[in-house]
Amino acid sequence: MAAAPKNRPARAKRAVARTTELELPLGLTPAQCRHMYRQMVLIRRFEEHAAEAYAQAKVGGFLHLYIGEEAVAVGALNAARDDDHLLGHYRDHGYALTRGCDPKACMAELFGREDGLCHGRGGSMHLAQASRNYWGGYAIVGSHIPIGAGMAYAMQYQQRDQIVLDFFGDGATGNGIFHEGLNMAALWNLPIIFICENNLYGMGATLAEESPVSEMKIKAEGYTMPAVQCDGMDVLSVYETVQRAAEHCRSGQGPFFVEALTYRFRGHSMADPELYRDKAEVQRWRTQDPIPRFGDFCVEHRICSQKELAQINEEVEQEMLEAVAFADQSPWPDPAEVGRWIYAKPIDPEADFLLQQQGAAAVAEPQTEAKQAGV
Amino acid sequence: MAVVSYRDAVRGALRDEMLRDQRVILMGESITGYGGSYAVTKGLIDEFGPKRVMETPIAEAGIVGFAVGAAMGGLLPVAELMTVNFALLALDQIVNSAAKFHYMFGGQWSVPLVVRTVSGFGQLGPTHSQTFEGWFASVPGLKVVMPSTPADARGLLLASIRDPDPVIFIEHSLLYSTKGEVAEGSGDETEEVPIGRAKVVRQGSDVTLVGYSRMLLQALQAAEVLEGDDGISCEVIDLRTLRPVDYPTVVESVRRTHQLVLCGEDWRTGGFGADLLSEMQDRCFDDLDGPIQRVAMPDVPMAYSRQLEKALVPTSDQVVEAVRRLN
Repeated sequence: MAAAPKNRPARAKRAVARTTELELPLGLTPAQCRHMYRQMVLIRRFEEHAAEAYAQAKVGGFLHLYIGEEAVAVGALNAARDDDHLLGHYRDHGYALTRGCDPKACMAELFGREDGLCHGRGGSMHLAQASRNYWGGYAIVGSHIPIGAGMAYAMQYQQRDQIVLDFFGDGATGNGIFHEGLNMAALWNLPIIFICENNLYGMGATLAEESPVSEMKIKAEGYTMPAVQCDGMDVLSVYETVQRAAEHCRSGQGPFFVEALTYRFRGHSMADPELYRDKAEVQRWRTQDPIPRFGDFCVEHRICSQKELAQINEEVEQEMLEAVAFADQSPWPDPAEVGRWIYAKPIDPEADFLLQQQGAAAVAEPQTEAKQAGV
Repeated sequence: MAVVSYRDAVRGALRDEMLRDQRVILMGESITGYGGSYAVTKGLIDEFGPKRVMETPIAEAGIVGFAVGAAMGGLLPVAELMTVNFALLALDQIVNSAAKFHYMFGGQWSVPLVVRTVSGFGQLGPTHSQTFEGWFASVPGLKVVMPSTPADARGLLLASIRDPDPVIFIEHSLLYSTKGEVAEGSGDETEEVPIGRAKVVRQGSDVTLVGYSRMLLQALQAAEVLEGDDGISCEVIDLRTLRPVDYPTVVESVRRTHQLVLCGEDWRTGGFGADLLSEMQDRCFDDLDGPIQRVAMPDVPMAYSRQLEKALVPTSDQVVEAVRRLN
């Protein structure tokens, strides 16, 4: 009996804390934090289901999972504006989902179906949705680095205040195109954030095998742009760094390089036996899992309870089951349409020739049509 | 109409289109103060400034990748690659980026990009004297044009810049100083030469000669010789566009002449003419009175020495010989 009155004020105090004592870092709101947590879970669950579908041969070709790296896409994109331009690499499900692309359409694309984001033409590596300024996953390593710079130039030229976020991995920094893109971005002071996801491996090559320096930011510093590392397993660390980078770019100070130190928990692709890395290493990194880590933060800061986190997980799981069912039921693209979209303006010399001939015939013999009608 | 050089026709089309449309930008190596390796962009920096005439680092893949991005961002870039030999460094961006995006992203956006580049030779040695139009023409998603006259250079360039798809526009170093009549108009639609349409430039009844770029001029010279010396009447067709090819115009001609000679400047093996030949024998087998003849570069790297180069470069004499083999 004595405990009851003691408990009552304590509960009251907690209720107050949940509404008024939310001193969150970086100007974040509880709603934003819940949203970011949900987005990371969404990526994780989406990819677990994608992996399962791959094992069932419902997804073909390559499937590169982002599992472990979710904090990078989620932290970065939440620190930018929704209309900023986004380009990613082939491990791209996280970008699409964080940008708000419909998980059903994403899953359908992996399944190669007509309702896929790209109508089954691109597949897992090439999700894109131009209406969300998500310009896609690019699968030739580093190729989208100058493309992002070109988009940034178009923004600068048209005096628009959107910036570009261009994601790639440590493996891309050994490619000439990385250096060509950074060189031009710095030379022309372009509003682009280069976000290097340093996950320690370029496919099966260790960092030590592929790069003379272990910190990718050193390569960017040579191009005179600010280059900063952040903890890619901590969504808030990424958020903070990209927020700073975005301010830098949007205020006309030129490009910014962010190196997110991260790790993929799964192989390079589904076909990867992971012979090149130690299982103990994977286990060590798994203790840094960005999802429970941020979940703990949310609970500690009374943004939500463990129960609410579990509820988010359940909701997302349900959504993913629906996404898989949707993809399963989506029609296959029509093989008769396989030649569609090769060109925005198809040119058909056969048809043009006929038209020209008909035109010439009409001039020579104005009554051709009447004659044919008579026959 | 005015008589201008091929070089001035290209420059005029660039200038007129830049005046007409603020979205058009030029980028390339040494195209500002230097004026371009072949002086095509000379003076444009003074008129349009560095935001629209961009001096780039020597980074061909970067240039084309950047131009692809600029196109996606709402501009109409015309990227100059100093020669087609250097375009090999940009093949990935041309083939895997420019040519693919409209298709692989399900038609969500196109890449309105023009890559201007130059083939040709002149004692430039093995790495600077090649021509690769067949490589580009083999890629779905690209449009490939190779004008042979100043008028077509202007008209096709206007059409290329206005086209929503990536166009590989290949000029020829030995044509820059050739002259011809060119419309000096407003640059409106009537001045465009449509992509994908060949042109019968000389009518004839005995044999059809198909050429493009410099080889078109060689074919015309050969036609003169054959008319005068052999009494053979040659129909000469300027292909103008290599993707898509205007086959109906060629087929219609062969149905009348029953003989066909294909004139190209790239290597015989895997060259563009090989593909043309395959398609034409398929379409015209019953119309042909003899095997389709090809004039092409021997499968040898271009040598530096003048005498060795002369031994390799296809000429009008070889076109004459090819026709005589048939008659």
